Amino acid sequence: MAITSQPSADGQELTIVIQGRFDFGAHQEFRDAYERVDRSPERYIVDLKGTSYLDSSALGMLLLLRDHAGGDHAQIRLLNCNPDVRKILAISNFEQLFKIA
Amino acid sequence: MPARLTVLIAEDNAADRMLLSTIVSRQGHRTLTASNGLEAVALFEQERPQLVLMDALMPLMDGFEAARRIKQMAGEELVPIIFLTSLTEGEALVRCLEAGGDDFLAKPYNRVILEAKINAMDRLRRLQDTVLQQRDLIAKHNEHLLSEQRVAKAVFDKVAHSGCLDSPSIRYLQSPYAVFNGDLLLAAFKPSGGMHVLLGDFTGHGLPAAIGAMPVAEVFYGMTAKGHSLTEILREINAKLKRILPVGVFCCATLLNISFQRRLVEVWNGGLPDGYLQRAGTSTRTPLVSRHLPLGVLTPAAFNDQCEFYPLELGDRIFLLSDGVLEACNSQGELFGEARLLEVFANNHEPAQLFVEIQQALTRFRGELHDDVSLVEISLLDEGIPSRPPLVFADSGQNSPLDWSATFEFRGETLRRFNPLPFLLQLLLEVQGLRPQAGVLFTVFAELYSNALEHGVLGLDSALKCDAKGFAEYYRQRSERLANLEEGYVRFHLQIVPEPNGGRLILRIEDSGQGFDGPAILRQQLGIDSLCGRGLALVRQLSERCTWPADGKGVSVEFSWSRGHN
Repeated sequence: MAITSQPSADGQELTIVIQGRFDFGAHQEFRDAYERVDRSPERYIVDLKGTSYLDSSALGMLLLLRDHAGGDHAQIRLLNCNPDVRKILAISNFEQLFKIA
Repeated sequence: MPARLTVLIAEDNAADRMLLSTIVSRQGHRTLTASNGLEAVALFEQERPQLVLMDALMPLMDGFEAARRIKQMAGEELVPIIFLTSLTEGEALVRCLEAGGDDFLAKPYNRVILEAKINAMDRLRRLQDTVLQQRDLIAKHNEHLLSEQRVAKAVFDKVAHSGCLDSPSIRYLQSPYAVFNGDLLLAAFKPSGGMHVLLGDFTGHGLPAAIGAMPVAEVFYGMTAKGHSLTEILREINAKLKRILPVGVFCCATLLNISFQRRLVEVWNGGLPDGYLQRAGTSTRTPLVSRHLPLGVLTPAAFNDQCEFYPLELGDRIFLLSDGVLEACNSQGELFGEARLLEVFANNHEPAQLFVEIQQALTRFRGELHDDVSLVEISLLDEGIPSRPPLVFADSGQNSPLDWSATFEFRGETLRRFNPLPFLLQLLLEVQGLRPQAGVLFTVFAELYSNALEHGVLGLDSALKCDAKGFAEYYRQRSERLANLEEGYVRFHLQIVPEPNGGRLILRIEDSGQGFDGPAILRQQLGIDSLCGRGLALVRQLSERCTWPADGKGVSVEFSWSRGHN
């Protein structure tokens, strides 16, 4: 598992890319990805293209990001979910909190 | 600089012994000397040196035997033995190592190499020491953790007890320590009969997961016992978890409200995999799908307590499962998955065996059953409705109020959110004579109240419930009309009258609706075993007297008791 983050040129958007398993082992790395940025972005993208698996602690981590990004005002998109990942997000009804594509 | 060691030198040649002793002493270590194996073993036992230089060939007992004995005495501690040998052929050197030697040093002795080897062996010795210490520490911590878990589990069991999980209508599979996996299974009888069931799965493992389970169990049992509705319990649990849990920790859960008498199940699923309602005598299954965010995520204002309602028939079975079932993993790293589970359902011939077949399929799939699986089956059996144990009251009931009356009117705005039944029943159960009939009172109140609310105030037509589709439509309309309710009322007139040998409760309930033709409805309900309502027939069976005024606006029921009956 590897997590990288890349701010957009204008610094308004932060893209976090997650490779491999997204589970409790990713906890610190995922937090670092959005906490260690020079300026707070307006919007977040979590790119799950390379994510093979996602468990309930990953859902918890997404909620932490949402909290960090302003709670109900957070703008977070989850992109490139494979069918397994999408299923887990659907069971938890996370589309009520995140834009999922 | 390495620590000062005690080094045992076993060498039968006096000159060599002297030379070695001098080199080792100069390096800053204390030396002990022996001239044969026997002496070496005796000295080792007496002085417990940390390192041994051992000549291979000595009189009385050779170095090989002495090394074996010393290693045995040293036990888990690493006491490095460096063989001193003029032997050169490979086989002899192998014998040194096999006897327990850690290294060897060829004669004639080279001071620099000897010192370096002693230092290297000392490093190994200390490494082994650290490993042993850490191993013991981990073992101690682990033992500590387990004993803490035992205590925590004992406390948890007092709070969460087993509820009515031992009821014949419930079968379940769960590790006794499941709470430390974050799994929680609760079941309790409602005062009106029927049952509430909760299967929950907290994010995370260990104590953090178990801590959240405590308040859930308390709210669940406390509110169920007081007659609160499923939606009220849901709201309370969600609000409590939202307040106490850190962001990112939540509880996926399915809650069921099963009314055995009304043949009805109310379902709320937030974040658990599909449960299944398996219909008796057919192979049709209704999935009980997650429609909500898990508990503890949304604020009370944003929380959605919308439930789904399904009619039940004798022999129907409800299955709930945690994601541990679907995520059970075999040795190839494959997941059990929904497809395999559905295959078990599809291949089933004897519904009573389904539960066991799911268990067997899991065991076959991954070899053994792990402790992170929770599975529960609730069935509507025909050998009678499960019975609730009598309520327990803390007070003696000596100051029982015996002559009073009260009228309550609950209006639109209140009816939308508030369930008046727990409040009214709490009041009535102050009357000691009514306590033995508490269960029946709850049932009758619940029936009359839902009649008044649904047909009277909301104007719903129970004829809708004649088939499964209409049934769902009925409950859709119910929640829609309730959400928009502004007018209307339900009135309760309670009257407690003393009688020579006891007393009597007279309850009249009225609503703002059009009124109804009680006797006609009763004829219809007694006539056919249909999906639409058994409510009124049930009330008449359970109460001592049940009457309607001529205009059909309201129902009056009576319950009496005699002294000494308690």
